[in-house]
Amino acid sequence: MAAPLLEVRDLHVTFTTPRGAVRAVDSVGFTVESGRTLGIVGESGSGKSVTSLAVMGLHRGAVEVGGSVALAGRPLIGLSERELGTVRGRRMAMIFQDPLSSLHPYYTVGEQIAEHFRVHFKAGRAAARRRAVDMLGEVGIPEPARRAGEYPHQFSGGMRQRAMIAMALACEPDLLIADEPTTALDVTVQAQILELIARLQQERGLGVVMITHDLGVVARVAHEVLVMYGGRAAEQAPVDALFAEPAHPYTRGLLDSLPRLDTADDEPLPFIPGSPPSLLAPAPGCAFAPRCPRAAERCTAERPEPAAYGDGPGRTVACHFAGVPAVEEAAR
Amino acid sequence: MTEPTTDTVKRTGVPLLSVKDLTMTFPGRRSATGRRGAPVRAVDGVSFDLEAGRTLGLVGESGCGKSTTGRMLVRLLEPTSGRIAFEGQDISRMSQGALRPLRGNIQMVFQDPHSSLNPRQTVARIISEPLLVQGRSAGDARRRAADLMELVGLIPEHIDRYPHEFSGGQAQRIGIARSLATEPRLIVADEPVSALDVSVQAQIVNLMERLRTELGLAYVFIAHDLSVVKRVSDRVAVMYLGRIVEIGDKASLYENPQHPYTRALLSAVPLPDPAAERRRERIVLLGDPPSPVAPPPGCTFHPRCPKAQEVCRTERPLLRLAASREVACHFPGD
Repeated sequence: MAAPLLEVRDLHVTFTTPRGAVRAVDSVGFTVESGRTLGIVGESGSGKSVTSLAVMGLHRGAVEVGGSVALAGRPLIGLSERELGTVRGRRMAMIFQDPLSSLHPYYTVGEQIAEHFRVHFKAGRAAARRRAVDMLGEVGIPEPARRAGEYPHQFSGGMRQRAMIAMALACEPDLLIADEPTTALDVTVQAQILELIARLQQERGLGVVMITHDLGVVARVAHEVLVMYGGRAAEQAPVDALFAEPAHPYTRGLLDSLPRLDTADDEPLPFIPGSPPSLLAPAPGCAFAPRCPRAAERCTAERPEPAAYGDGPGRTVACHFAGVPAVEEAAR
Repeated sequence: MTEPTTDTVKRTGVPLLSVKDLTMTFPGRRSATGRRGAPVRAVDGVSFDLEAGRTLGLVGESGCGKSTTGRMLVRLLEPTSGRIAFEGQDISRMSQGALRPLRGNIQMVFQDPHSSLNPRQTVARIISEPLLVQGRSAGDARRRAADLMELVGLIPEHIDRYPHEFSGGQAQRIGIARSLATEPRLIVADEPVSALDVSVQAQIVNLMERLRTELGLAYVFIAHDLSVVKRVSDRVAVMYLGRIVEIGDKASLYENPQHPYTRALLSAVPLPDPAAERRRERIVLLGDPPSPVAPPPGCTFHPRCPKAQEVCRTERPLLRLAASREVACHFPGD
């Protein structure tokens, strides 16, 4: 069998800060196949964005990255910045929550997409410019030839996100990493962008990593889901299994606590007490133990490792009590 | 504009809050050459009533005027025209001095808990500030602050701590405690949970619901998240480009939206249920919300509306009764 499009194994990311080392990502692993979408869900400090930056090799400063990241079998950790530069953009690309962080204010949108294409394909100016206009049209920007000559500030939020997608996909990468791409957008514009990514994925067989805090977005776009908490993988599952039967108490608590359009709301919402943990002072046991309704002595002493769960393939859960019926659940 | 008709508005007596034709026009921005741009009508003829102890949800996308409306209600902004009546008394034109005795009745909770709390003040000082302004003694105000901390689920022993020592959820509890200090009847909450982590949002939603029941508060709950608004509201008003396009009872509005914009908005919200998501028919709107600087003529929604006809391009639809609520559309319903 061919190597998966993206394979991440035992990823560690440690920041050195004046207040000590912070392990932002701790033994996280996952795979993404062509044409599939992996949703990575988590709250602030869960390590979801750091994971994606480490995969892209975009981390900067006093950061130590360990483990392995392989794109179509080719290891990426340890590559020189120059080698990585050709992989980035050409084979994998990333889009962010704020498109203005990736678009230069002094150059027209068309110039920026064309430049990107020229660097990776050694294309001439005219060909690159045509490519830029084509891409803008493909991501649904009306009058692409005219809009290519405009600057980022002349674009609306949704149009900027489309332009960034056009730039990311100009060199036909195999993998797209999208870090909260719709969080800053209105819900009707979010729907457009999610649809656009799904269409491009289908047409091009893209592998997609969708990083989000929104479980609704995950339900809409993901095939597989990785739930992160406190820098670690809490649970990994195919999307239907995760929502039908969440196995980690954190996943279950999160799903139960969501206000929803599709259910009644006469009872108070179930909720998770406390707040997400600080990475500066990690607890020795399970990071979720202080907020977990099922936490026992073992949970505060011994860290649960991700273990296979259930019958289906691709499910792991990091919980000492996964699959053990809870007393309070039996009583319900 | 027609009178509100839903059953939550009692015909007898005066509503707690009655807003009529509220409008806010901002002067155009000055360009580099010093010339002023066209004025922006951020809120354009908004009317609604709110009964004591009830919640009106105000939803809409960025730039729809929901926050500007909220800021006018607490008089952080001076309305250009229109009337805001609190228990029958028009407060929209009152001088700040005349307003002072009424101020305590209407309070506000903000989106970003940390940036709305002074980082150099202790929690005691933050919560008791409104009381000191009202002339209460320092000792009295401090005791009340400690009681309020307990009421909102904070530990009163933490009264001398500073905001940075609290998590986002706790900081929002401080903001809520501060808003309760003067025993208000009405709280305008502008996106009170949207800056919080998902796992913390439910705590704050529950807290606000409990406080409403225990203290008989009324809320104007402003949010872009339709799921949260459904959770907390009795009635819901949907805003688009400065106007209310649909207002009615929560249950009927969510189950049977009449305005094409409400329908599109609801169908765009991703449900945390993958099977339902695959089955769902989505109305995907074209384009972005237009700029309030140059609103389209006629119905401002017509350039994005799947049902737009000729009349929609020329004639502005007014709110009128349709399916037991008010809808501003020439072709409401299916």
